[in-house]
Parts: sequence; structure tokens; C-alpha cells
Amino acid sequence: MASPLIQFRGVTKRYGSGDAAVYALRGIDLIINRGEFVAVMGPSGSGKSTAMNVLGCLDTPTEGTYEFMGLDVGKFDRDQRAMLRRYYLGFVFQGFNLLPRTSAVENVEMPLVYRGVAAGERRKLALAALAKVGLADRATHDPNELSGGQQQRVAIARAIAARPQVMLADEPTGNLDTATSNDVMKLLVDLNRAEGITIVMVTHEPDMAAYAGRIIHFRDGRIVADGPKAEAA
Amino acid sequence: MLYETIKLSIRTIRRNVMRSILTVLGVVIGVAAVIVMVTLGEGTTASVTASVSALGSNILMVRPGQAGFGPASATAETRNFTDADVTAIEQQVPGVVVAAPMVTRSLTSISGNVNHAQQVTGTDNRYFTARDWDVAEGRLFSDSEVQAGSAVCILGSSTSQALFEGGDPVGETIRIRNIPCRVIGVLQTKGNSGFGQDQDDLVVMPLKAVQRRIVGHPDITLMYISVDPGYQTSDVSASITDLLRERRGIGANGTDNFSVQDMAQVASMLTSISGVLTGLLSAVAGVSLLVGGIGIMNIMLVSVTERTREIGIRLAIGAQARQVLLQFLVEAVTLSVFGGVLGIALGLGLAAVGGRFLSVPFVFNPTIMAIAFVFSALVGVAFGYFPARRAARLDPIEALRHE
Repeated sequence: MASPLIQFRGVTKRYGSGDAAVYALRGIDLIINRGEFVAVMGPSGSGKSTAMNVLGCLDTPTEGTYEFMGLDVGKFDRDQRAMLRRYYLGFVFQGFNLLPRTSAVENVEMPLVYRGVAAGERRKLALAALAKVGLADRATHDPNELSGGQQQRVAIARAIAARPQVMLADEPTGNLDTATSNDVMKLLVDLNRAEGITIVMVTHEPDMAAYAGRIIHFRDGRIVADGPKAEAA
Repeated sequence: MLYETIKLSIRTIRRNVMRSILTVLGVVIGVAAVIVMVTLGEGTTASVTASVSALGSNILMVRPGQAGFGPASATAETRNFTDADVTAIEQQVPGVVVAAPMVTRSLTSISGNVNHAQQVTGTDNRYFTARDWDVAEGRLFSDSEVQAGSAVCILGSSTSQALFEGGDPVGETIRIRNIPCRVIGVLQTKGNSGFGQDQDDLVVMPLKAVQRRIVGHPDITLMYISVDPGYQTSDVSASITDLLRERRGIGANGTDNFSVQDMAQVASMLTSISGVLTGLLSAVAGVSLLVGGIGIMNIMLVSVTERTREIGIRLAIGAQARQVLLQFLVEAVTLSVFGGVLGIALGLGLAAVGGRFLSVPFVFNPTIMAIAFVFSALVGVAFGYFPARRAARLDPIEALRHE
């Protein structure tokens, strides 16, 4: 492997300028390799969300470089970053963010539409993804007919349907009860192991972070701890 | 991708059927108004043209009295024409094929116990030549009947139908003002004129019969002149005017006490009036389309705000700005085209109903429908662009955070 999947070099994110400048990230160095399952923790305002936005190619660093698969994302324009997201990234959000009044399978198909996958093939891939998250029998249900855990599974299916390099999950269990949370986490672990999908997940809950192979702690825009779960606990 | 976008927008509109219909109401009304105006306007033009050709091409009508529409007013200056005037016009004006002398009255004719009111025209066979009209049954006047002013008559097809209810009237006798009159023929059917009158509702008698037995004077109140197609009707009209001024002793500064109507001119005037009306009402329709477009812009702005999160999701999973732009633009265009199609249907319906009330023929014009369709699509593009651009410019991070 020529380069790591994700590499932050002195990534700084600053809002405003001069005396009024606010730093969300202060010179982050970070490498994430293919196949890792990383949990990102930290109090609110610690910079973890900003880091996730940069990681997800939604935002660019003010200083430093972010290389994704060896590509300097900071030099990419809006549309080029959209292409990176389309082909290499999958997103899972705390609030599920499924399209209302749109069936589960159609929600899962959405990223494939933008990839230009033909309708028949798209349906097949979407159903396969739903099967992987255990919802093959709920394909035609609308999100409001599904429980929170089921909705998050649909969202996960949507993130993996296009076979991304990385799945970015922003507090995927934040709106779920403990039992459901554990189910979702087990699903993520399975996908990480069986499918080899790299997962970067933000969470507040140490129990959920414990499912990851590596835990990174943010505070005040810096990484204060980074290591296997045993050390970070 | 475009196909997917169109499918998506149709689904979005179907989810909000009521809102969509209210949104496009302005476009519906605008397009319907254009369709109604143009269809009725073209119907009027068509019927005017038809009535002119029904009167006979290259026709001049000469009436006593000042120029104007309707029957000649019975002012002191009115002086009717004489046989000599008719003969002079036929012999001295180049380009005149025939000049038919006429006297007309509205009278009731009676057959058995059926009464029927219609126009009674006294003339001779030159009238049928000028109007290019022949009998369907029976015969035209004989020379002796014309000379003697015999009590014979030729019926228009509507009059024949009214008096004899489908029976054969030839050889029967009808009464007009107590004058028994033998029917010798029935004319071919001409149909309605564009001025809304039934051209087939008339009784034609020899000129002298009407002059002596009905009106009681030997004057001619109307001349029906057919012009050689090789001549300009305006030139012939001018020659007739000069001749009649001379014959009536009108000096260089005197005003005409007769009028020469060129039917082609009348037709073009009527057509231009209906053209002006169509233009004015189309302007009103244009304003309605503008208001309709603003309605679409308004609802699209609401839709963009409502669906900020959806836009955020789409951007996050890899939609490019122009794909989001396209999605909302297609949605606006789909809405406005939906309105346009509704408007075309409504307009055609109203034009058909209105045309029946105004007795204007229904003219189906695919061109104006295509124009209305394209125009409504353009309204969608013009007024959908701003909201769509707003959607496309959203920051995905902000959009995802939007509650």
C-alpha cells in the first residue's frame, strides 16, 4: 500500500480571523489505515465534529493537508469533493436522515442513483445491502413504519450499498436505547470484519466506543489520546 | 439521470396534489385564457372569411345614404337607385361582371297554417350570378316573369324547411302580405354567415313584383355587384363612386349620398378588430402567467426550506451542486408544465362552450397549444431557477444540521 487511507498532517480549522479567530482544530496529525474501526470521543466543542467534516470531504482544512487515498482533498473544489463522497464514502447520521415517504429500498438506492447505476442493478444492490443489515423483509416500508433501530439499519444499508472505502458514522446510536444500540454496534463490527469496510465513528458513550478497535480522544481541537481500546478506557 | 430526476419530481408533486394545483392555478388561468382567446379569435376570423366567400368573391355592395353598417338610414338625403343607375354601372364601369338591383323587406310568409318571418328580396337572375348561387330544386326566374313582375318566388332552404317541413314546395303557393305567390325553386344551402345570420332564410321574387305589389315604389335600395377577378375591387369601387356622383349631380366638394362597400375590406376590418382584441386579452393572459410564475417561485422557495435536510443528505452522499439545481429546476418545470397542460385542457373546453354560445366555429390550432406548452415550461425555468440555485448553494454541513 502506497499511502494510508486517511492522513491528517497538521490540520487546522480556523473560523474568523485576527483576534476574533476561533480554532476548531489545532494542528491534528492522524493516520487511519484500511480496515480499521475507529471511535472518536470527546466533549462537545472538542473539534471532533469538525474533524469528521474534514474527513468526510464536506469541509477543507484552513492549514495543513488532508490526504484521502493519497489525494490532497484541500486542493479539490466542491464538485470534486462531491465525487469523492459519491464513490468512496458512506455516511450514517445520529438522526438517521432517511427521506420521508420514501421506501427503505429507495432510500438505499439513492447513492446508487448518483453513481449512475442502472435501475435493475440498483434495486439488486440495494436489496443485497438491506439483507446484510437484516431488513430484507422491510424493503417496501416507509421510514415512519420502522422502529428507530430499523431506521438506522436502513441508513447503514444506504451507506454501504455503494461499497465505500470508509463509513463515517456520527453518533449512530445517539437516538437509540441500549439494547438496540448494541445490535447496531454488532452490525457495524460485522461489516468491518466481514466486508472490510473502514469505519470512523463519533460517540459519547464509552460502551459503544468499546466495540471499536481504536479510540481517539479529542479535547480543545487536539488529539489527547489515541490507541487500542484497553489504553483509552 | 434526467429521467430519474423527472420521475422524482412527479412523485414529489403527487405527494402534494392540492398544493401543486393551487400553486399552478395562475399558470392554468393564463394558459387557458390564451387558448380561449386565440381559439375564439381564429374562429371569428375563419367565420368572417367564410362569410365573405359565401357572399361571393369580389363583391361590392352599393347602398344609398351615408357609409356605415346596418340598413341605410331613411334621412332626407337618401335617394334610392334606379334601373338606369344599374344599367349605367353594368355598361360603363370596366370590370363589372353583373350588377344586381335589389329591394328587400322583412315580411311574414304563410303556407297553410304556418307563419314564418324572413327577408323578402326583389331582384332578378343577376343576383344568383353575382352570388354564384343555383337552385337545388325547380328553376330560376324566366325572362317573362322578370319582365312582368309575376308573383313567383324562389325559397332559401331554411325558409322552405320552415314552411313545408321537408315537403317539396315547388308548385305550391305561399302568401306574402296577402299576395299569393307560386314557388318555382329552392336554393342550394349556403349555411350561416360569419355575422351570425342564416343566409338560407329568404324568399326571392322578381324585382318588379316586390316594387309594385309590396313596397309600392319603383326604386332600388341595394346593388349587388360582382367584379371581374382580373380587376382590383378598390379600382372598380372608385369608378362606381365617380359614376354615381356624376349621375347624382354631386359637386367636387359634396359628400357622397351613397356608399360602396367592398366586402373584402369589411372582412379585413373585422379580422383586424378581432386581432386587436386577441392581442389585448393575450396581454392580460401574459400578466396571469407572470403571477403564476411568481406563485411557483414562492412554493419552490418554501419547498427548498422544507427540504433543506434532504438537500444536505443528497449533497453528503455525493450529489453535485448542479444535480441539486437540476432536481429543483425540473420540479418547477414539471409543476408549470402540469399547469400548462391543465390550462390547455381548460382553455379548449371553455373555447368549445364559449364558441357555441357566440356561434363562433371551434378552430383547433396545434401551434398555439405547442406555444402555450413551451411557454409554461419557460415560466417554470425562469421562476424555478432562483429557488433551485438557492438549494444548490446550500452548505451540506449546515443543511444536515437544519431542523
